[in-house]
Amino acid sequence: MTIYGTALLSACLICGLFIGKSLGRLCGLQVDLGGVGIAMVLLMVVTGWLKKKQLLNSKTEAGITYWSAIYIPIVVAMAAGLNVRGAIRGGPAALLAGVLAVAACFALVPVISRWGKP
Amino acid sequence: MNVLDQDLSVMNPTLADGCSLLVAFAVVGATVWISYVLSAKLTRGRVHGSAIAILFGLAFAYWGGVATGGENGIVDIRFFAGFGLMGGAMLRDLAIVATAYGVRVEELRKAGISGLVSVLLGVLTSFVIGAVVAYVFGYRDAISMATIGGGAATYIVGTVTGTSLGASSEVIALSVATGLIKSILVMIVTPAVAKSIGLDNPRSALIFGGLMGTTSGVAGGLVATDAKLVPYGALTSTFYTGAGCLLGPSLVYFLIRWIV
Repeated sequence: MTIYGTALLSACLICGLFIGKSLGRLCGLQVDLGGVGIAMVLLMVVTGWLKKKQLLNSKTEAGITYWSAIYIPIVVAMAAGLNVRGAIRGGPAALLAGVLAVAACFALVPVISRWGKP
Repeated sequence: MNVLDQDLSVMNPTLADGCSLLVAFAVVGATVWISYVLSAKLTRGRVHGSAIAILFGLAFAYWGGVATGGENGIVDIRFFAGFGLMGGAMLRDLAIVATAYGVRVEELRKAGISGLVSVLLGVLTSFVIGAVVAYVFGYRDAISMATIGGGAATYIVGTVTGTSLGASSEVIALSVATGLIKSILVMIVTPAVAKSIGLDNPRSALIFGGLMGTTSGVAGGLVATDAKLVPYGALTSTFYTGAGCLLGPSLVYFLIRWIV
């Protein structure tokens, strides 16, 4: 059943967010510390285990892959909800800080990629 | 939206009331379709269809902001309110997690340490740059510098840092604007520079996500570069905001206060 996949996916996200928020609270912050990342690892581990036990059929899979396929449209909708006008009105300080931060981080990608390459 | 408009829209419900999410699905679907046609016909596939679609999304957001004076882009226009649900944190996170399905666990292990290093280096680099720019523009107290530095990480880091240190709302707004500019730039620039920074394999995508940190920017940028790389970048970038919120109001603030 397709809903099994979606249910599994949702359960992983709920657990991940719960763990992330609990970690945040432990550190004295009202934020989520990597909840989505934890959920991703959970999903990989749980589906890997189910596959090994051959409990994951193609219909269940479809309940997960649909959401991963709808990802681009969701990002488009997200972009349409950003405060773009506010960002442009933030003025030269915001613009300069944003541009420099992005440029520096782009430049660091090949540096770290080379560093510690197996 | 002013008060009068609000009253009018309550009296005259639009067609979209009760099916706002469906309007969002239909409009986004049409936008994506047009974008892929433009990508194939106008740029011969050189600019990825999803990059064009995201640009359309940002243009909608600007239009929504100008039309209503609100802060939520097109979502503030009543007819398009469903974009808020479709592109909101809940479905976005669900889709991000779903992309992890099929990720090879050994790829993650290989990048373990460099992933961690990239997150820490990404957060600190952004804080330093943001704080220096803030200083240059005359925001010379440690609280403002840390807050604007946080914005150069992500706007959530900026808001959390500013709120917990008690920064002025002007500085927090500037910090949020910095974070937004960063995420928009990452979305637009990534596909263009991907080749020259070697962003074509899971390992560099993990590092990229950790360095950039803006979940929306990384997601949009990677989807337009190579959708297969999304889960790797998304995974590290989700730890970035947490790390920034942890370091900003503490270590970074004390360091800045000690230097200035």
